[in-house]
Amino acid sequence: MSADAKYENPVEEFLRTDRLPHVWCSGCGIGTTVNCFARAVKDCGIPLEEIAVVSGIGCTGRVAGYLKLDSVHTTHGRAIAFATGLKLAKPDMHVVVYSGDGDLSGIGGNHLIHAARRNLDITVILVNNLTYAMTGGQVTPTAPHESIATTTPYGVFEDNFNLPYLVAACGASYVARWTAYHVVQLKKAMVEALNKKGFSFIEILAPCPTIYLRRNKLGAATDELKYYKEHCVIQNGADPKDVGIDLLRPDKIIIGKFVDIDKPDYITAMNEHLSKKLGDKYVPWGV
Amino acid sequence: MAEIRYTTADPKGVLTGVHYMDGNHAACEGALAAGCRFAAGYPITPSTEVVERFAARIPTVGGVFIQMEDEIASSICLQGGAWAGLKAMTVTSGPGLSLMMEHISLAACLETPCVFVDVQRGGPSTGLPTLPGQADMQQVRWGAHGDYEIIAIAPSTVQECFDFIIDAFNLAEMFRVPVFFMMDECVGHMTEKLVIPKAEEIKVVERRFTTKPPEEYLPYKPDEDLVPEFPYVGKGYKFHVTGLTHDERGYPVINAEAQHEMCWRLVNKIKKNAPKIWKYEEDQVEGADVVVLSYGISARVSIKAIEMAREKGVKVGLMRLITVWPFPSPRVKEIASNVKAIVVPELNIRGQVAREVERVTAGTTNVVRVPHAGGTVHDPEVILEAIMEAAK
Repeated sequence: MSADAKYENPVEEFLRTDRLPHVWCSGCGIGTTVNCFARAVKDCGIPLEEIAVVSGIGCTGRVAGYLKLDSVHTTHGRAIAFATGLKLAKPDMHVVVYSGDGDLSGIGGNHLIHAARRNLDITVILVNNLTYAMTGGQVTPTAPHESIATTTPYGVFEDNFNLPYLVAACGASYVARWTAYHVVQLKKAMVEALNKKGFSFIEILAPCPTIYLRRNKLGAATDELKYYKEHCVIQNGADPKDVGIDLLRPDKIIIGKFVDIDKPDYITAMNEHLSKKLGDKYVPWGV
Repeated sequence: MAEIRYTTADPKGVLTGVHYMDGNHAACEGALAAGCRFAAGYPITPSTEVVERFAARIPTVGGVFIQMEDEIASSICLQGGAWAGLKAMTVTSGPGLSLMMEHISLAACLETPCVFVDVQRGGPSTGLPTLPGQADMQQVRWGAHGDYEIIAIAPSTVQECFDFIIDAFNLAEMFRVPVFFMMDECVGHMTEKLVIPKAEEIKVVERRFTTKPPEEYLPYKPDEDLVPEFPYVGKGYKFHVTGLTHDERGYPVINAEAQHEMCWRLVNKIKKNAPKIWKYEEDQVEGADVVVLSYGISARVSIKAIEMAREKGVKVGLMRLITVWPFPSPRVKEIASNVKAIVVPELNIRGQVAREVERVTAGTTNVVRVPHAGGTVHDPEVILEAIMEAAK
């Protein structure tokens, strides 16, 4: 192979290459998820200009800045509320919220449950690295018992969120969990979520080697991926109430597609309801 | 350069005719006439009638209303609507406004054209939910973190709730800035005659959409008037915008130079264009010994006191601020050099506008505060007393 051989990254056209290098640490799982997302965007059949990405704040919150799509980097926890406005005002857009566990389930938890309840037709991709990494490793609502964080120096004693259960209970149309190891399944799930009418939610377990794994003495990023490989069990259709992760290193983590149902999304329901109530006077929205 | 594009109101949103209506409903009708087609709100007294009417009207006009889970959500949801290309507003009162602060800063930073309606009530905290105040005037100017400038407009009558909220939307589009429509409980709930003109008589400003193709477009490259052009969502512009300090490309740049460039432009686009924004009304200011400077419901109450003072032979004028921020400093300075005193009645006790009068007049005249903690309007006798004392 000659030294000047040109290598083309197959997802380069979906990235803002003028912004590279990115901010993420080596071994961080977020980049892997972005790679999967770029491939999903390529394969989903939706024209690129019809996809918008909205992020909150944090390491995963930086995703919007690297994707060559209409993209908005908003405030901490409020990406879903911004996305709600964007989607309602321009219903033909496929709006993706891409952010972290602290951003979406901590400070932004209220917007997560209400968007799921409304069955708003957006896709939420939540990268769960079990920590507020950007600010140096504080505890998040997803961190399991005994996790060491800067704000839980003696370990976590609170119960944590089982996010698939929470979002499913609120009424989401599509709920899945994958990991940064399961890239083939993750990309496939992203394609499904992008094309799903209604609220679609994917939780992705991803290693944070610099902060979470190091502080909890759980090894390197590769150890975490090996752990995902050996201990994740794919159970499509599993009851979300059974998929909680409340130990640092449980023997079994259930992953897969837990919910995939069809029901009217927010705008469809609004149009149907108001047409029924107002008849010809109603100006249908986004149709 | 994207020129300011004026058009006339879309007749679908205009309820032409003579009405008997309260200020909150009139503000909603004004918003619809201005082309507002997206509103996100959360219930709060005494403002809720604005969005209640919007929720009832918008399905037959063509647009969306959503009641969000809280004011934090409303104040960014409307920005999602605005970035999608629609004219958008949210409506609130003091406690809700306090919750919205972070997104006022975001709107200033992203340069989101949008309108925040604040029907002011007495504070602090839950305060007087059903009674008037004018104590949010400094909060909208300085309340959120960082350096930025906003526009604030204060109506005094039901007719002005209609007329001036159209100005609010137009200014938001012209300068890509959050505009605050500073009503109060009295103006919001008083019912009086409202004349809604024909759609073709209502001038509205269109979004400053870029005329450049995507490959030439930069989200924060300003035009000559320091305002950048707006991108289309969903048309391949693939723009990026962020609340981080950013350059013309919209990309985050975390250093002092980028910060200097961005903050000064956010401030200067309002400061340097202020003469195009200022709106105020004067009555018998020339030759006056004393001028009453006020705004909103307090200006209206002042008229009674001014009439009583004139009957007593005092030469007293009125300067009524319609634009409160940016503050019309040159004119106030000019008036100060010709009068014995400027009397400032307002429904707050720390002189939220009076201290600005004191600052810009810098001791060249006597500034007399007429503070009132809110809960009702001033007794005109109290304002009269201040005028008589100042005229001595």
